[in-house]
Amino acid sequence: MTTATAPPEQVSPARSARNLVDLVFRARELSLVIALAVLVGVTAGVNGNFLSSQGVQDILLNTSILALLAVGQSMVVITRNLDLSVGSVVGLVAFVTGDFLASGGGIVPAVLLGIAIGAGCGLLNGLLVSFCRVPALVVTLGTLYVIQGVDHYIAHGRQINAVNLPPGLLSLGNGSVLGVPYLPLITLVIMLAIGYYLRSYASGREYYAIGSSPEAARLAGVPVRRRILTAYLVSGCLAGLAGVLWLARFGTVIADSAHGWELLVVSAVVVGGVAITGGVGSVYGAALGALLLTTIGSALVVLRVNSFWQQAITGALLLLAISVDRVLALRVARLLRNRSRHG
Amino acid sequence: MAKVLRWDVMVGVLLIVVFGYGSLTSPSFATAGNLSFALSDLGEIALIALAMTMLVVAAEVDLSVASVLGLSSALVGSLWDAGLAIETIIPIAVLAGALCGLVNGLLVTRLGLPSLAVTIGTLALYRGLAYVVLGDRAVAQFPPQFVSLAVDDVPGTPIPYPVALFVLLAAIVGVVLHATGFGRSLYAIGAQEQAAFFAGIRVKRIKLLLFVVSGTVAAFAGVVFTLRYGSARADNGLGIELAVIAAVLLGGVDFDGGKGTLGGVIAGVLLIGLLRNLLMLGDVSTEIQSIVTGLLLIVSVLTPRLVSLAKPAALLRATSRANLKGSP
Amino acid sequence: MSDAPALALSNVSKSFGAVRALRDVSLELFAGEAHALAGENGAGKSTLVKTLAGVHRPDSGQVLLNGEPVVFAGPADAQQAGVAVIYQEPTLFPDLSVAENIFMGRQPRRSLGRIDRKAMHDATRELFGRLGVALDPEQPSRGLSIADQQLVEIAKAISRDARVLVMDEPTAALSGNEVARLFSVVEALREHGCAILFISHRLDEIFELCQRVTTLRDGEWIASEPVSGLTHDDLVRRMVGRELGTLYPKQDAEVGEVALQVERLTREGVFTDVSFEVRRGEIVALAGLVGAGRSEVARAIFGVDRWDAGAVSVDGVRLPAGSPTAAMGAGLALVPEDRRQQGLVMELSIERNIGLTGLRDLRKGVTISRKAERDRAKDWAVRLRLKFARLSDGVGVLSGGNQQKVVLAKWLATGPSVLIVDEPTRGIDVGTKAEVHRLLSELAGQGIAVLMISSDLPEVLGMADRVLVMHEGRLTAELSRAEATEESVMTAATGRAA
Ligand SMILES: Nc1ncnc2c1ncn2[C@@H]1O[C@H](COP(=O)(O)OP(=O)(O)OP(=O)(O)O)[C@@H](O)[C@H]1O
Ligand SMILES: [Mg+2]
Repeated sequence: MTTATAPPEQVSPARSARNLVDLVFRARELSLVIALAVLVGVTAGVNGNFLSSQGVQDILLNTSILALLAVGQSMVVITRNLDLSVGSVVGLVAFVTGDFLASGGGIVPAVLLGIAIGAGCGLLNGLLVSFCRVPALVVTLGTLYVIQGVDHYIAHGRQINAVNLPPGLLSLGNGSVLGVPYLPLITLVIMLAIGYYLRSYASGREYYAIGSSPEAARLAGVPVRRRILTAYLVSGCLAGLAGVLWLARFGTVIADSAHGWELLVVSAVVVGGVAITGGVGSVYGAALGALLLTTIGSALVVLRVNSFWQQAITGALLLLAISVDRVLALRVARLLRNRSRHG
Repeated sequence: MAKVLRWDVMVGVLLIVVFGYGSLTSPSFATAGNLSFALSDLGEIALIALAMTMLVVAAEVDLSVASVLGLSSALVGSLWDAGLAIETIIPIAVLAGALCGLVNGLLVTRLGLPSLAVTIGTLALYRGLAYVVLGDRAVAQFPPQFVSLAVDDVPGTPIPYPVALFVLLAAIVGVVLHATGFGRSLYAIGAQEQAAFFAGIRVKRIKLLLFVVSGTVAAFAGVVFTLRYGSARADNGLGIELAVIAAVLLGGVDFDGGKGTLGGVIAGVLLIGLLRNLLMLGDVSTEIQSIVTGLLLIVSVLTPRLVSLAKPAALLRATSRANLKGSP
Repeated sequence: MSDAPALALSNVSKSFGAVRALRDVSLELFAGEAHALAGENGAGKSTLVKTLAGVHRPDSGQVLLNGEPVVFAGPADAQQAGVAVIYQEPTLFPDLSVAENIFMGRQPRRSLGRIDRKAMHDATRELFGRLGVALDPEQPSRGLSIADQQLVEIAKAISRDARVLVMDEPTAALSGNEVARLFSVVEALREHGCAILFISHRLDEIFELCQRVTTLRDGEWIASEPVSGLTHDDLVRRMVGRELGTLYPKQDAEVGEVALQVERLTREGVFTDVSFEVRRGEIVALAGLVGAGRSEVARAIFGVDRWDAGAVSVDGVRLPAGSPTAAMGAGLALVPEDRRQQGLVMELSIERNIGLTGLRDLRKGVTISRKAERDRAKDWAVRLRLKFARLSDGVGVLSGGNQQKVVLAKWLATGPSVLIVDEPTRGIDVGTKAEVHRLLSELAGQGIAVLMISSDLPEVLGMADRVLVMHEGRLTAELSRAEATEESVMTAATGRAA
């Protein structure tokens, strides 16, 4: 032995540190819930209508499409990629399925058609990113433009009108079961399923592994390409579904109706604590982020904030949310450091 | 592999192809008047792309540029309405842009937040402030001597002032990025921030500066935009952040930082500009333009990859030959 | 058990562009033997490992599994075939827990194929118990020291119950205690019929653990032979191809005035009340166990971490807290512990990396002089005998030891008056190690104050004029060259001193 030997080191006080770590991770979602509670509390205090069943329903309805997209997006972001094309997919699907229904198509085939279009877009993105190893941002920005163009091309200035749509579809968008609207239910079920899969299945964990270190994932024998492809496929399918739901909710749509939503979705994901650098976060957080963003919007309306101010305040609150989250995380990390030595 | 079929070379080649095709098919394409129009039509995007290139090389991004442009435009409008002289308005607007950049930079460097998240937030915030400042009004009737500065040519040349300004700034950024210690630091920060910090590079200060520059340039672009169209509105330049990013990415700058050249970005900007112009001359609808832009982005990144995947061995041999020749 | 080797390479060649990393190399690994792979930096050891692991496909030649030719399409294939690999550079998922890192892709399952977290954590605890590691299975691996990362890698490889265990410099970051544990576990695996391939630049470890040794030089096979008949010098001669002088060429230098003064330096929860001084011409070693806070002190002195209390001065000038730029300006240089993250920008070329610390000096007007940049790099590359093809090559393709030389070059080029080196010879071959030692000794001779952090005790004893020992964030002893022995240093490092 060239190096010296020593008796075994005493076991470090890792236990208490761990509980703290746990808390921090859960706190990401917890702090969102608290922020949400404060927001709702204050707004409801000023205007009681905010918490009326109609008001709550509105918020839930408005959230569900964004949350659905955020769930799909977070799966992609967790693998350290990005899908900017979701907004244009929603627009395309809403228009194409609208066209299909208006010309007498059935609802179930329409939903399948929407999901299939989304899947096609997702597959294209996924193939380009995973097999051709082209940077995700460039690819999905490219497909954003292409899909947007195709959408406009198909629409050619027309619009889909609610009166031409089958009533069954519209009641899917605005109806409810036992007072709970369908849309948020659909989102909730999908979110829970994906969230559970990502947390409790070996293949689910591999998404996190890839995002955390793609190189290490490759060396560990993780099927990196297949997983990334799947992530894009899921994101595409959900965007397709969201497109159908968009049509169901609004009835009247023009081309590229979800213009600019890609950044909205990304902000929901980020606010929800999914790290843009991959490997960290959950779909629950992303959905909560979507809920928070939507609630901010509704609260500002209810509080009769001057409409010119609304966007500015939304932006400011978004910044506040991520800043507070960050400051708390830094504090706890510091605390943890001190504990782990002296604890 | 990089040497033979570099991304920015690829874009340059595409540029030449588009130019050749344009001159052959449309007699009005290769005229000085049309080209300078095509360029100044792209002026704001080109200006902002210069600053964005430096940011992306340092592995950061600023998505709030279009909103800063709008805010600056709104400020110009409302201050002009309030009776201030343009000479005082312009510095105020530009200063406001610098301030916006400072806020972005502070949030990124002080709190260590990812710039994508921060600038998505300020994208909403600054655009919102633009509406707060000007509402949904439009202000017009700016003094002709200033409007002409934004549209006229430099006397004796077919080059409009904004294009001349772009050329000047591009030269400066080119030197800074590729020949100075500051530029070297940017690449190091983008590729491995920790190692750059350990080498004594003032990472935070440099990043802060980049954000301030980006905000300043965007605000200035807002002034140019306002004067060029003769109209100040809060929604000016809505959504052009993606066009800027597209130009930068098309130019081969790696979004993960540490890679890319200014030459590539300029080629990217020109390519988008000429192509739009060509499609416009050919009376092609905007949706086709959008599709072409998208395909261009994909093709420009895909081709070098496919070539290298197809025959890595041949390429490798070619590379080592090229490298041997290239070494001093 | 059949007589065919469990895993073998036959006449394998592998090139990267113009670099021929392996030429016609053959190697046989038998069940139940521990086989060492020796060679200088850049000899091709890691390339050989990656070929066995399915990361690289050989240009020519074959990989044989139990005598049958196989083609590994990727790391997954090799793992499937029972080959577990510890790579030279840790490959962990920083965001995932230590336990998940170990069991990624093969987590224990419960009903419906779901992950059984409790079983996974228990299994991890059991593994750590065998290795004597005090880590929490549920803690994320981000922020682990290099040594702890290495231990997690070891646990990961061992947990695979592999038939072939390949370890590329697993001990480079470990101190004696951990190495001893590792060896006892590996020994047990070997007795159960596992074939072991072991790489280390610490030759004593090879003699302690292995039965046979294969030597590579410049990608070529030199010899495969039993360890028992060999001496140290034989092995070195095979690796280097020539006789080697002393490993610790320490010369006495004239000790001048105080260059680095550290007073009661404290960083909450990391280290406390650390005071010492380093004089010009002196080499002072900072010894201690892994995790004692040595690197943290170095980082704080250099300003990459802040300190909470105390003071640091260089040549009598006080440094502000938390500014590497100011520290560099005052004449400090730090060769950091983690060369991949902190020492080098992997994407940049050799010359750009060496130039990075001198962006001011290389200026001509406002722009950088490329000639000056290249000259600076060439000068130091030659002085440190760097092995490279072109200065414009990325540092990422250099072998580990040569990368370390680039880090040294980058800092020596600043002409520092105080040089802090954190594990300067980690992963460096004997020949180069002797060179680095000669270099440090020379630098001290030129009046530079050297603070050397090292886990390699013979290095500490061989090179230092004075030894400072840390234990759990505090200085526990200061020993003169005469007082410093293995015994006295270890006593202080483990806190057994009164
Ligand atoms: N991916 C690569 N691309 C180009 N060259 C490479 C690559 N990997 C290794 N090399 C080169 O191959 C040679 C052998 O490197 P290798 O990493 O196998 O050395 P090593 O024996 O493991 O050295 P060390 O002891 O320093 O770890 C070196 O000259 C190195 O520069
Ligand atoms: Mg090696």
